[in-house]
Amino acid sequence: MTTELKEWPLWEVFVRSKQGLEHKHCGSLHAADAAQALDMARDVYTRRQEGVSIWVVPSAQITASNPDEKGELFDPAADKIYRHPTFYEIPDEVGHM
Amino acid sequence: MSTATDYLLHLADNALVLGQRNAEWCGHGPILEEDIALSNVSLDLIGQARLLYQLVASLQGGDATEDKLAYFRDTGEFRNYTLLELPHSGPLSGYAHASLDYGTTIVRNFLYSALMALLWEALEKSANADLAAIASKSLKEVRYHLRHSRDWLVRLGDGTDESHARTQAALDHLMPYTQEFWTGSPAEAAAVAAGIGVDLQTLKADWDGIVDAALTEATLKRPLLEGYVSEGKKGLHSEHLGFLLAEMQSLARAHPNGNW
Repeated sequence: MTTELKEWPLWEVFVRSKQGLEHKHCGSLHAADAAQALDMARDVYTRRQEGVSIWVVPSAQITASNPDEKGELFDPAADKIYRHPTFYEIPDEVGHM
Repeated sequence: MSTATDYLLHLADNALVLGQRNAEWCGHGPILEEDIALSNVSLDLIGQARLLYQLVASLQGGDATEDKLAYFRDTGEFRNYTLLELPHSGPLSGYAHASLDYGTTIVRNFLYSALMALLWEALEKSANADLAAIASKSLKEVRYHLRHSRDWLVRLGDGTDESHARTQAALDHLMPYTQEFWTGSPAEAAAVAAGIGVDLQTLKADWDGIVDAALTEATLKRPLLEGYVSEGKKGLHSEHLGFLLAEMQSLARAHPNGNW
């Protein structure tokens, strides 16, 4: 049995700002396909000069961790402060890390 | 009226009237994302109109202002193409129950944006430096309007039987009004002679190319043109402009020196 697709699929939108080096997740929208999702992201999420580059990703393609497993996944890192590289001096020549 | 102001008012009125028309979709768009997209188009057009009215007001001097030009001129003084003042409803009675027909909106935005993408580019070389600067800014905006409307034209034309029929009906209804693009007016002829304006005949082949390519992709049939040629740019308008202006101007006229 096939069910008719009534709603356009959902897309996650990532925008890179003028200063930023990475695309940041800023929201989602409905669109018929990738090209349309890009145009709509431009209209919905960059009206106030938020960005200079846009990525869109089908929401269905994202595999997410289970919120119920938050404890076992993330809590064990809480007491391992030595993993933060805050004890090193980074030479200026290295630039952005 | 000097040569420049008459021509500039034609460009300004085009932008304002279509901006006002498209703004009718604000809050009524077919989906949220399109509602915002079309409002963006409107704001671009109203922004273009403001720059052009400000330029006219500075040329006229005295107590001329952009608001006076937009809100205190009457139907016969407006110089926009008739195409741009028509309502968003299609000509088919079966479909006209929807007072806002998105196919009509898209076809009109496409036909006009295709012209303005060419005209603003040509006007970047205008002898009037202010107009050339406005053209540069507007060109970027209209290129996106063309991309947006062309994308939807293809989606609707090459879509379902219903969307194809409505888009073809809108095209059959609106295309004859584009004949006005290619018939001259005294204001345009004077502006061309002064080096301020552009002879649209020089853009027609490119416009035909843009339109034909999009219509082919959209599986739409280009209607044959004949019959009445509208004369909105000479101040002879359809009955629709009066209603549009009444809605747009009433607030400013009720509070003539209001500030907000």
